[in-house]
Amino acid sequence: MDRLSFATVWLGGCSGCHMSFLDLDEWLIELADRVDFVYSPFLDVKVYPENVDVVLVEGAIANTEHLEMIRRVRRNTRLLVSFGDCAVTGNVTALRNALGGAEALLRQVYQDGADVQGQVPSETGLLPVLLDQVLPLHAVVKVDFYLPGCPPSPDKIRAVIEQVQTGGPPQPAGGEPKFG
Amino acid sequence: MAAKTLTIDGRLVSAQSEQTVLDAAREAGISIPTLCHLEGVSEVGACRMCLVEITGCPKLEPACVTRVVEGMDVRTGSDRLHEYRRMIVELLFAERNHVCAVCVANNHCELQDLAADLGIDHVRYDYLFPLLPVDISHERFGIDHNRCVLCTRCVRVCDEIEGAHTWDVAGRGGNARVITDLNQPWGTAQSCTSCGKCVQACPTGAIFRQGSTVGEMERDRSQLEFIVTARKKKQWIV
Ligand code: SF4
Ligand code: SF4
Ligand code: FES
Repeated sequence: MDRLSFATVWLGGCSGCHMSFLDLDEWLIELADRVDFVYSPFLDVKVYPENVDVVLVEGAIANTEHLEMIRRVRRNTRLLVSFGDCAVTGNVTALRNALGGAEALLRQVYQDGADVQGQVPSETGLLPVLLDQVLPLHAVVKVDFYLPGCPPSPDKIRAVIEQVQTGGPPQPAGGEPKFG
Repeated sequence: MAAKTLTIDGRLVSAQSEQTVLDAAREAGISIPTLCHLEGVSEVGACRMCLVEITGCPKLEPACVTRVVEGMDVRTGSDRLHEYRRMIVELLFAERNHVCAVCVANNHCELQDLAADLGIDHVRYDYLFPLLPVDISHERFGIDHNRCVLCTRCVRVCDEIEGAHTWDVAGRGGNARVITDLNQPWGTAQSCTSCGKCVQACPTGAIFRQGSTVGEMERDRSQLEFIVTARKKKQWIV
């Protein structure tokens, strides 16, 4: 089998899942010998490439940039892993959903919540536009495997990667799946 | 007290005639998942986690409110039951706001444990993200409606063990809420004795001790059983 092309993507999350990935420590060196690491916040690659075998996607879909990215990731990837609670449930990133849509949220934070001169930022084109609702990945694209946890333990991450490397579809491993 | 003989998961089990299928199964070491059931208080059959199949019975029956019958043939763990239990737990997650990572009950929560035991790795239903209040007007405790699963364990311990009946349920369906006294802030509910039995009873992060942070809400259910055993059997043991 050819070397697996492997990627990780960071959307609306705190990067804790990526930190847990880094906690795989020296095993990462072994991993680097066995896969082509083609895209990740750890690499200086600007565009998500084509023909990726496996991707771990951290974070929920919170803005238009995430939306475009996850669609591209899905198009270009064989096996998409929903990586961590924000990706799987919306989690902390989705706490804002109960407060209403994007406009209501910005008003509550920047206007009603301000001590002085509250106003909603209106400059366009600087930041990606917020979606009205933060969504888990599977509400937007097809997900092939779910790896919940906040963050998922390094052992669970490693188990998934090892299973994919041996060619099979990943099975729940390293104990039961668990939120939180 | 006549003894009955029944079959649970292919095993012959004997039980007292007033026992429920859940009691009989647990005594025989067969576990059936539950959520609204709490040792020491009455059963309400609210959560439907304990549904079982009974031969000759067209519908599923909740084990916690079904009496044993001579010759009954019960199955506690088919694929169909597993699927329904998953569905129930997923719907509970979708209905309110459960953010385990920042919840006072993280790692000590019966809902979270049920999800893990059932192998739930995501929720297939759309989350509703309702806007729900947190009431911290009581001087020692708080109630976070985001985490409440409406099991009514708080209502029953308060009424049946403490005798205060501070808690009750108002509203219907998706609008149902647990309330204190006449739907007023907990801190102003005069019937509340601040005994903390509801804090011990709650299966999730809904009722908590103030000052608890993430994962700190551990409960001691044996305190409730202790009181009930002492009162009913005059035995000061759990
Ligand atoms: S109540 Fe339980 S399931 Fe809900 S957020 Fe808290 S730990 Fe998670
Ligand atoms: S507050 Fe807790 S004990 Fe009361 S109904 Fe809600 S989940 Fe059950
Ligand atoms: S435990 Fe039987 S219905 Fe809840």
